[in-house]
Amino acid sequence: MANPAPAATNGETQLVLRSVGKTYANGTVALQGMDLTIRHGDFLSLLGPSGCGKSTALRLIAGLSQPTSGLIDWRGPKMKKSDVGFIFQEPTLLPWASVFDNVWLPLRLQGISRSSASARIGAVLESVGLGAFHNSVPRELSGGMKMRVSIARGLVAKPRLLLMDEPFAALDEITRFQLNKDLLDLWQAEKFTVIFVTHSVFESVFLSNRIVVMAARPGRMFGEMAVDQPYPRDQSFRTSAHYGELARDTSAMLGEAMGNGGHDGRH
Amino acid sequence: MAGIDETALVPNPLPLDPEEQRRLRDARIERIGKWLLPFLIMVLAIFSWDRICVVNEIPKYILPRPGDVMRTLIADAPLLFGALLVTLKITFLSLALAVVGGVGLSVLFAQSKWVEMSFFPFAIILQVTPIVAIFPLINIYVDNQTAKLLLCAWIVAFFPILSNTTLGLNSVDRNLLDLFKLNGASHWQTLWLLRLPASMPYFLGGLKIAGGLALIGAVVAEFVAGSAGQSSGLASRIIEAGYRLNASRLFAALLLISFTGIIIFLVLSFVSDRILRGWHESALSKDR
Repeated sequence: MANPAPAATNGETQLVLRSVGKTYANGTVALQGMDLTIRHGDFLSLLGPSGCGKSTALRLIAGLSQPTSGLIDWRGPKMKKSDVGFIFQEPTLLPWASVFDNVWLPLRLQGISRSSASARIGAVLESVGLGAFHNSVPRELSGGMKMRVSIARGLVAKPRLLLMDEPFAALDEITRFQLNKDLLDLWQAEKFTVIFVTHSVFESVFLSNRIVVMAARPGRMFGEMAVDQPYPRDQSFRTSAHYGELARDTSAMLGEAMGNGGHDGRH
Repeated sequence: MAGIDETALVPNPLPLDPEEQRRLRDARIERIGKWLLPFLIMVLAIFSWDRICVVNEIPKYILPRPGDVMRTLIADAPLLFGALLVTLKITFLSLALAVVGGVGLSVLFAQSKWVEMSFFPFAIILQVTPIVAIFPLINIYVDNQTAKLLLCAWIVAFFPILSNTTLGLNSVDRNLLDLFKLNGASHWQTLWLLRLPASMPYFLGGLKIAGGLALIGAVVAEFVAGSAGQSSGLASRIIEAGYRLNASRLFAALLLISFTGIIIFLVLSFVSDRILRGWHESALSKDR
């Protein structure tokens, strides 16, 4: 930690969760005793059924709610608000604002003017393939394009950690595959850390280097899988035998987590 | 093959099946009928009105014929339009104040749910008490004639704006609120960049209702004030014409008020459509 610059050196610890738990006032235990170490440059998926606390964990890490027990320990230089990007399941855009202004929002809230943010916004829109849509309003865009705007907005402030809460769950498969691929390219180019919540075994295997499988009632960590496939990954990985094995193993672990051995992973 | 080439030159070469043809025809008929039917019914009603007057030999001071009303409208135009102007002044001033007061109060309410819980009942009390019953009190406490009328019309008009805007400010997408929180937005940034724009459709809905209510409020206030002989608006002309059994002028004044109300509604609808165009469901064309 001698160098305070946000160098995404793979392997250095970025964040440690120590027996983090969240219990709501009505008695629901949303998350119990979660221990997790996240390293710089990880692409970590939280995989599990509904009610396993994966979204709760994400909200705790984002600081949107406070843990009831345990501790979230940030390592390295002090994190600013802009060091964490959050992408919701819905695109969550301002419907009255143009694509450009939507992506400007995080910078605008930091007090950066439209003109001085313009170069960065142009670059990030270009990187998600929306270079020609600066002046469109969300209504005019397809679901996949809206999600691209949302990703651009999440990345515009150059976060060191990107939290994604089932971002592609509502998209059709063709669009989802394309966005999976583009997200990996962005991740490799910009070297941020990703924590990706999903309920799809196949998506988690394709994207991540680590998969954390979670169980429900009470929400807790069940186990972890390493995905040893090197990056860049492309469509040929999806059809490889190795991918099939990994998906099967992950499905088996998820099946155990859900208390049935015969889970086939086809969510 | 020659036949196919010829059809390609025809402007509408699409061969439509009977079902699509019928659908197209129905759409065309509906488009015309939407305007034609109300118009026909209106003409029919006016015609029957005229016939009833003639056949039953109803005297002019009880039910004037439509033609008489139109003649009175033209002959009394200086008098009636002058009075309308006075009423319109009260209407628009009170509507402007209702916007300022309604939006201002709802922004205040949005600051804390405690403020809202504490003060909302007062707004409801003001709303549910008939303005006619409050006026005598206002008459005692307020000296200025215009201020009296304005206050009355304002009490009637501000509530829909207040309640709609409050609802809008509280109906912001939770995720967007989280997004602002995550990015460290200040209270005012959240209000200005998120809550206010998001409540715009609700506010405009309230404004459309308030526009009509401001006119009603102004006329009612003038009525109550006018019975004391203190007003020069349309309502006082109506009272005056009532005393003189000048039914034609009563109808003419009524006509003016109705038309004014319709125009206010149309103008506000147009404004609302312009502002929401492109992003809100309510302002999108149904073809899409």
